[in-house]
Amino acid sequence: MSEFLQFLISGLTNGAIYALIALGFTIIYNTTEVINFAQGEFVMLGAMFMATFWGKLNWPLPLAFLAAVGLTAMVGILVERLAIYPARHADTITLIIITIGVSILLKGLAMFLWGKDSLPVPPFLGQEPFHLLSITLVPQSILVLATSILAVIGLETFFKRSIYGKAMRACSTNPLAARLIGIRVEPLVLFSFALSSGLSALAGAVIAPITFATYDMGTILGLKGFAAAVLGGLNSSTGAVVGGFILGILESLAAGFISSAYKDAVAFVLLLLMLFLRPQGLLGLKEIKKL
Amino acid sequence: MKKWSLLLVFIFWSSASLVLAAKPYKIGALFSITGPTSFIGEPERNTLVMLIEKINKAGGINGHPLQAIIYDTEGDETNTLKKATKLIIQDKVLAIIGPSRTGTTLALIPFVERYKVPLISCAAGIKIVEPVRPWVFKTAQSDRLAVKKLYAYCKRHGIKRIAIITVSNGFGQSGREELKHLAPEYGLEIVADEIFGPKDVDMSPQLIRIRAKEPDAVICWGTNPGPAIVAKNMRQLGMKQPLFMSHGVASKRFIELAGKASEGVILPAGKILVAQQLPKSDPQRALLLRYLAEYKARYGKEPLTFGGHAYDALLLLKQALEKAGADRDKIRQALEHAHIVGIHGIFRMSPKDHNGLDPKEAFVLVRIQHGKWVMVKD
Repeated sequence: MSEFLQFLISGLTNGAIYALIALGFTIIYNTTEVINFAQGEFVMLGAMFMATFWGKLNWPLPLAFLAAVGLTAMVGILVERLAIYPARHADTITLIIITIGVSILLKGLAMFLWGKDSLPVPPFLGQEPFHLLSITLVPQSILVLATSILAVIGLETFFKRSIYGKAMRACSTNPLAARLIGIRVEPLVLFSFALSSGLSALAGAVIAPITFATYDMGTILGLKGFAAAVLGGLNSSTGAVVGGFILGILESLAAGFISSAYKDAVAFVLLLLMLFLRPQGLLGLKEIKKL
Repeated sequence: MKKWSLLLVFIFWSSASLVLAAKPYKIGALFSITGPTSFIGEPERNTLVMLIEKINKAGGINGHPLQAIIYDTEGDETNTLKKATKLIIQDKVLAIIGPSRTGTTLALIPFVERYKVPLISCAAGIKIVEPVRPWVFKTAQSDRLAVKKLYAYCKRHGIKRIAIITVSNGFGQSGREELKHLAPEYGLEIVADEIFGPKDVDMSPQLIRIRAKEPDAVICWGTNPGPAIVAKNMRQLGMKQPLFMSHGVASKRFIELAGKASEGVILPAGKILVAQQLPKSDPQRALLLRYLAEYKARYGKEPLTFGGHAYDALLLLKQALEKAGADRDKIRQALEHAHIVGIHGIFRMSPKDHNGLDPKEAFVLVRIQHGKWVMVKD
């Protein structure tokens, strides 16, 4: 039983990460209908910047954190201005492929800047694990969970209550109608990239003490975040979070009870099942469109 | 008139250079200079460059300068084969030193056998030289020797039930086979046998299962960064068993990544790691200290144990070239009888043993204490 609880906690921690990455996907998808396959690389950049500012240069934690998230958001803005905006009239498939190119570019740049080695990142609140009931936890895992929950609440409030959030939702429902009532779509696309990359950087920064920062960590994280987003429904931010946690827990339980060799397979099996059986995801809205 | 004078100049120039230099001995080298195992390939490449300069300054091999063509495998099997093709067919090298990894070496073996080129690998997997293949040699100590050294320690300290956790690549699985194969010989019972992927970032599920079986000790076999995460996870899960690692993590990087979790970890390592702590009577001590000093002076950092593998490979090849000259088959034959005092042991190659090492000299056990390597006295 204690094993089950331990697997569960481990799954929740990973799930929180997948949830944040999945949210990044849904934000951009909701505003542009583009699936940003460079999402994972923003996570990686957050982790790498943290490794440099907090790990190597020993800046105070809040400063290092803000710098990591801020710089990555700026990279997101650059990506939007240089890669997405010029191609904004192209069809969705083209834009998706452009994001794949961006991810390869970002990965290559990271390799030049930081090398291929894994970089250690000191934990934010100390390393001593503590015991709760029969399970052991590290402070960093709690931080990961807390950050995700706060981020989700923040985003939900933003989308439901603030005028910008509502404007973004309007864009995703129908860009033409949004334009007709006076919403300028382009700045919102820019903002969605900045927000999405900042969010992923946040995820990367908090998990870096656990996973180390490596130039190629973004690929698999991005794919799993995508699987989580599809699982929950690409157009629902609650769905992204739910999908993330479900994926994390299922992955951990499968690794724990079936075999650790199949851990990565869980995400992709779920992805395939979802696409075959219920493409709109668990909480998404059904949409039939001619591509 | 101009054309004739140009032609004359050309003839003079080329014949002059022909007369002045004896034909260089061209050898090839394949190292994982970039990629996840760049910490292995880079010191190997640096060591080779440094040593070749030294040899050429001293007049080369029987008057022939030594020329190395070094390619980066990036730690990838496909890339290794591509670069090896270049070395053998385009560059026409006499022999190849490397690659750095067991996986890439194994992929290369059918290739060098087909083209009959001597290969001196710097990788550790025992499958490289077992069964003995005429054209394939290696300098890195076998994992079998490492396991034997570890198991002997376990037996001496009354450890009976062990759990093993290995990485799913060539190095890890080769180690796993040796661990399983040799356990009964030392009275050890393997109560848990877990595997993790080279890019995994969380080994808690495997360790939770291991924890449930209550082993006396845990042995982890892999190269960075996985084992560092295993060490951290073990500490996080509150597991108190002694943790043993393989020689694959015998580098400062492991201590950096694992942080406090590296404290108390014991692993087999080349003597180079604790050269200063060796007794003065050790035949390798002088060579080791000299190598460390020269490398540090040239590159400003430590060579790690891995640089030594390339050093030993070149010493062996140098001896073979001195005896055999520029003939691939003769070099191969000479290698089979090579005998040198090297960085990682005293090599006595034979037709039946293409690694040539003895467990006594190949490894020492070291413990990580306060972020430093401390030799474990037998």
